[in-house]
Order: sequence, then C-alpha cells, then structure tokens
Amino acid sequence: MSTATTVTPTKMWSGGKSPFNVEYGKLMMWYFLMSDAFTFGAFLISYGTIRFSTNGWPDPNEVFRSFPFAPEGVHAPLVFVSVMTFILIISSVTMVLAVHAGHNMDKKGVVRNLILTIIGGILFLSCQAWEWNHLHAEGAWWGHNPFLNHDGTASSTNFTNYFFTITGFHGFHVFSGVIINIIMLIMTLTDKFEKRGHYLMIEKAGLYWHFVDLVWVFVFTCFYLI
Amino acid sequence: MSNEAVIHSPVEIGAHEEHGEHHHHHETFITKYVFSQDHKMIAKQFLITGMFWAVLGGLMSVLFRLQLGYPDASFPWLETILGKWAKGGHITPEAYYALVTTHGTVLVFFVLTAGLSGTFANFLIPLQVGARDMASPFMNMLSYWFFFAASVVMLSSIFVETGPFSGGWTAYPPLSALGDASPGSKTGMDLWIVSMALFVVSSLLGGLNYIATILNMRTKGMSMTRLPLTIWALFFTAVLGVLSFPVLFSGFILLIFDRNFGTSFYLSDIFVNGVGALPNEGGSAILYQHLFWFLGHPEVYIILLPAMGMVSEILSVNSRKPIFGYMAMIGSLFAIAVLAFLVWAHHMFVTGLNPLLGSVFVLLTLLIAVPSAIKVFNWLTTLWRGNIRFTPAMMFAIGFVSLFISGGLTGIWLGNSALDIHLHDTYFVIAHFHIVMGVASMFGMFAGIYHWFPKMYGRYLNNTVGYIHFWVTIAGAYMIFWPMHYEGLAGMPRRYYDYSIWESFKQFAELNRFISTVAMIVFAAQLLFLFNFFYSIFKGRKMTSLNPWQSNTLEWTTPLRPGHGNWPGEIPEVHRWAYDYGKDGVDFIPQTTPVGADESHH
Repeated sequence: MSTATTVTPTKMWSGGKSPFNVEYGKLMMWYFLMSDAFTFGAFLISYGTIRFSTNGWPDPNEVFRSFPFAPEGVHAPLVFVSVMTFILIISSVTMVLAVHAGHNMDKKGVVRNLILTIIGGILFLSCQAWEWNHLHAEGAWWGHNPFLNHDGTASSTNFTNYFFTITGFHGFHVFSGVIINIIMLIMTLTDKFEKRGHYLMIEKAGLYWHFVDLVWVFVFTCFYLI
Repeated sequence: MSNEAVIHSPVEIGAHEEHGEHHHHHETFITKYVFSQDHKMIAKQFLITGMFWAVLGGLMSVLFRLQLGYPDASFPWLETILGKWAKGGHITPEAYYALVTTHGTVLVFFVLTAGLSGTFANFLIPLQVGARDMASPFMNMLSYWFFFAASVVMLSSIFVETGPFSGGWTAYPPLSALGDASPGSKTGMDLWIVSMALFVVSSLLGGLNYIATILNMRTKGMSMTRLPLTIWALFFTAVLGVLSFPVLFSGFILLIFDRNFGTSFYLSDIFVNGVGALPNEGGSAILYQHLFWFLGHPEVYIILLPAMGMVSEILSVNSRKPIFGYMAMIGSLFAIAVLAFLVWAHHMFVTGLNPLLGSVFVLLTLLIAVPSAIKVFNWLTTLWRGNIRFTPAMMFAIGFVSLFISGGLTGIWLGNSALDIHLHDTYFVIAHFHIVMGVASMFGMFAGIYHWFPKMYGRYLNNTVGYIHFWVTIAGAYMIFWPMHYEGLAGMPRRYYDYSIWESFKQFAELNRFISTVAMIVFAAQLLFLFNFFYSIFKGRKMTSLNPWQSNTLEWTTPLRPGHGNWPGEIPEVHRWAYDYGKDGVDFIPQTTPVGADESHH
C-alpha cells in the first residue's frame, strides 16, 4: 500500500506483525487461489494429455458458430463466446471499481459496482446456459459427441466430456462468485463494513472474482481457440 | 485505508484479547467439547478420532494377516464377527481385498494425515509461535467436522451389502470406475470417493489456517529463524497439502463422471466378463495414475514431515543440546518439499513410461537422498555426546531415526527404474513404505504424544508401560517388515489372497506365519498404549512442574491447563531461538529470556 512504513525487511519477519502487511484472511485467499489454480491446472493438463494422444479433434469454428435467435444454418464462429468473454472481463473491471470505492469508504460506489458485477456474472452464466442448451439440442452431452473431426472422421467423446466438465466446473466457480458478491452486497447495504471501518472483505471477494476471470481466459483458449 | 491499520484495528485484535484476559464467557458442554473453536480441543478431537481409526485399521491388518499366515486354518469366530464375509471361518477373497484397501486408505489419510498433522499442527502451532489461537478458529472447527463427516461416510461403506471398496487404496481405474468390475466397485466405491472428497475439503481448510497462522500470528520477536523445527515442518506439510490435494480432487471429479455419467476419461477398450465390450473409448487409465501420484507422492511427505519436526525437537530437548544444523534442517525440509512435487512418476516406472523420462525421475528421486541424509546426520550429531535422557518420547524419537534410515535405504533401490522392473508390486515395496513412512511416522506420532501429553492433559503417561510399548513395537516392526524384503526380492507379489498355491512362494509359508504372529503381538501392544492413554487422562501422575522436560519452547510458559487464549496475560515476547541448551554452562534458556550482556553468540 502507498502508506507503507519505513521498516526494513528483516524487521518485517521478526514476529508480532504480518510479514506481508496483510490480514490473515487475505493471505488465506491467496493460498486458496494457488490451490484452486492447481485444480484447474490438473483439469487442463488432463485435457491436453488426452487431446494430444487422440488422432483427431473437432474444429471449434464449426462447433461454436451459433448465437441466440440466429437464423438456421448461420455461420458465425466464436462470435457468441467472444461476447461472453467480453461480459466477464467487463465484470472484472466493475469489481476493481467496487474495491477502489471500498478503499475510499464510498459505500454508494461499492453498492453500484457490486450490483454491476453481479449482473455481469449472471449474464455470463445465462450465456453459458444458452450455449450448453444449444449444444445439448445438437446432441452433445457427457458421453455423446455429434461433431466430426477436422478431417471428417468420427470424433472421440472426450471432446464433449472435457468441454462440459471443465466449463461446468468454471461455471460453478462463477456461480459461487456471484453468491459471494451477493453476500458482500447485503453486508454493504446493512453497513457491516461501515461499522468495521474498512471494506477488506470486498477486496478478498475481488481476488476470487479476478481469479475466476483469469481461469476463463485459459479455458477459453483451450476449448475455443486451439 | 491501509492494510496496516486493518491488522492493528481494535476490533480484530480485541476479539483475541478477550479470550486471554478474562475467561468468563459462557461455555456449555457443546461449545467446549463438541463444536469447540479452541485449537487445543480440536487437536484432541483429531487425535482421538485418529486413534479410533488406527485401532480399526490395525485390526483390519490383523484380520488379513490371519488369512496370509494361516491360509488353510478355519476360525469360526471370524464368521461370528464378519458374517458372510468369512463363510466357514475363512475370509473370502472379496473381504480380503476390501480389508487391504480400507486398511491402506484409513492408515494413510485418516490416521497419518488427519491424526498426525491434524493433531499436532492444531496443538503446537499456536502454542509454539505464541498465538491466542489459529488465524480462523471457525475454519479450524470446520476442518475437524469435515474430517468427521469423511470418517462417518468411510465407516458406513464398511457396512453396505456389496462391501467397501476393494480395488486398493490408490483406486486405479478401471476397477474403481466400473461398478460391474467387482462387488466393492459398486456402492462401496461411491462412498469411498465421497468420503475422500470431504477429506480433501477438511485438509484444505486446515492447511490454509496453519499457513496463515505461522506466517501472520507469530509473537513479537518470533522471527522465522527462531521458530522451533516442528513449526517449520508443519508449515511445509501444510503447503504440500494445499498444493497437491486439489490435483487429486480433479482426478476424483473425472472419476465420478466416468463412474456415473458415461464419460471415458480413464476408460478405453474394456471388456467386462458377463457384461461384454464397453462403448467407452479414447481415455487413459494412466492419466489417473499421474493425477493420483501427483498427490500421492507429496502425501508421503505430508505424513513424514510432521514426524521429522517433532523428532528434531524431542531429540534436542532430551539430549540437552542445541539441534545440530538448524538452518540445514530448514533447508532440507524445503528441498524435500520442492522435490516432493517432482518425483511422482517413480510410482509408474512400469506403466510404459518413456525410459528417458523415467531416467529424469530416477535422478530427481535419488536427489531426495541428499536432504534426507543431511537430516539423519543432523539427528545423529545432535545425539552425539549429548546428555541423553531416555524418556519414552526420546525412545520413540530415536526409534524414528532408526526406522527412517532402514526404510530410506531401500528407497534408493526402488527409486532406480531398472531395479524397479523386478521389485515393483512385490513385498519389497510393502516393506519399504511401511518402515519409512508408516511405522516411522507412527513413531513420530507416539513421540509427540508422550512428549506433549502433560501439556494436553496436565498429567504424565505411565513410563513403564511406555517402555514396554516402545520395545515391543520397534522389535515387532522390524520382525514384521524385515523378512518381507526377502520375500519381495524373491518376487513375491503384493495383494495376493493365498500364496500357498504358488510353487515359487510355498517356501514362505513359515515366514508368513511368523510375520502374522508378530503383527498380532504388536497390535496387542498398541492396546496397551491405548489403555495407558485413557487411564492417564484421568488417573495419571500429576504434573508438578510447568516445564517437565526443561524445554525452551513457548508452550511450557502457559498455565498448567491453559484456557482458550493460552496465556492469561500478555503473550510472551521471544528473544532467542528455541535451542539454547547447555549454552554458557546453563542447562536451558527459555525463548522468553532476554539475551544477557555477556552472553556468547551462537
């Protein structure tokens, strides 16, 4: 923080205070995020392992080419998922603004930006629900893969298996994040943080939210781009 | 608002001060003994739950050793307690595999992970770093109750009609993924995986708390290099757990989908007898092994490091000498923690792993011998010319060093991918990991219990019973596992139901009977310990001194029975490291003693 004191590094670790100048909950959140990064890492590496030991794989441009209310046979590769990604990234921006407002003890700003973040999260989840539903209608599900490989041969069901498992697991994280943000909103509205004198909880919720967004970048890259 | 202000805000600190200053807040039976948020009570809950599982898991090993030692004999009482699982007094093959699997799972996770680091991390971290409690007492309580839930689910799996899971503690697919593959793969496996998922949550909640407490809540003057080695060991244990359990968790989620939702993450080209060819294609059973062992290998250090830490502390206190090579000890703990993540494939040398990749894993595996040897030499040099007091805790600590050397040496054999072609999946492996990880960590745990029992209950354990317990256990451990090395070298595979029908292994009939007999005696000696433990809680010799071992660490500056908050007044300030024994002719100088003007430097 900008108000950092002039203590030397050796004194930081000498006990009686936090060496990173953070409160324990934030430290725990960072370690939790490292842990969760390993969970997603394990998923994505498993996906990579199976994909590269399989002869062919469907072309994402062919699979993800529709959007809501699109006419039959539309070919708009990755348009819809780009919108989803944009929404999620914007929600990260509003989260940053909420945290910033919290630093300034600006309750109104926190409330406004938290609501925007929650809306962003719900929009993303709705988009995902539409996409899942659309793919399901096309015959894709766990254990069923209607899509063909690049070269027109039959494709492994592991394409859909991994797609639904990993995007589902990420969606579950977004869902948890929305719930956390709703709790934060209620706590803000009931002046919990005003009484405490700080909005640190918002910062911790923000860390989680940014992490979930960051993970989406990797999930997006792995399933839609390559 | 700066973080600094938050950390020192009156609200946060005040909540903690309240506990120590006046201990008047109302405590009912429920808040004190059941849903307690006091780290000392939670530690005891972990310990006693762990002991329950140790008895059950140990009893299981006695039962399957009966089958291995006396394959032709019939024990009608077995049918009385096991019913259809021991028709005619013979343990059935299904029951045998279920017993082996549950014994492994329970001992590795419930006893030596939750029972060991759950107990001592909870008990020692706040007391030895000088904190009122864990960073988050509530999460700490949740950690225990998730473990309790995991225990209940695992226990219930023993009583389902198709039996508990029986595919080995590693739960390799396809046996674990296909309900049709064996009776144990049905409901028993569902319960197993639910139980393990709950266990992962418990371990995560606990681990985050341990890390945050050690980094953030050290008392004034307690710099990282003044921490007792127990705390360093528990810190690395927690880091290992936080980073490796999530990978297992991912692996389990994929396994659940394979079991229940028709996916093929781990399945390909499978034909089940009576069912026919399965449609699953494109998965890889080896993938599961990678995910499993990415946890599985750090897990052995999660089990071993707390024992190492406690043994370092107990050896130093009872040799009346500073621990030899304190910084080297920390360095080697760190090296072990890093290397733990880079060696998992040595469990998979014979899966068809690329030999070049195998050789990398051989190199990294053998590298672990370096920090391990540093630790062993440091323990021996701590003992060297010490003024040794052979308390029961000290006996177990020395026993730990002995077992760690004996079991560690065979690790060098098994870490070699060429030798492993012959040795993998034989009794040599059983002997190796039981000595170096199982029994050694058990010894660390016993050492810890004997040493800190006075702090836990205000009374001593009985020494005579303690010595009997020690000598029977160490002699028994070697008599059980030493002969297994010979069986393994002769190629005797693990996990077989009956060796007497194999021409090559008939010669070991007598030896197997010997091992089984000793196993029963050692199990009985543990019951002696249990009796000692529970008897001494209520009737043991009372503590007459606040610091019975003349130890330097902070836990002995608390009152006889510390309340929630540990120190009645201010938390003591620390002025020196934990190992000033025999310095300047003074027997011991507690960490709270300020450094004198004419004191020599260490």
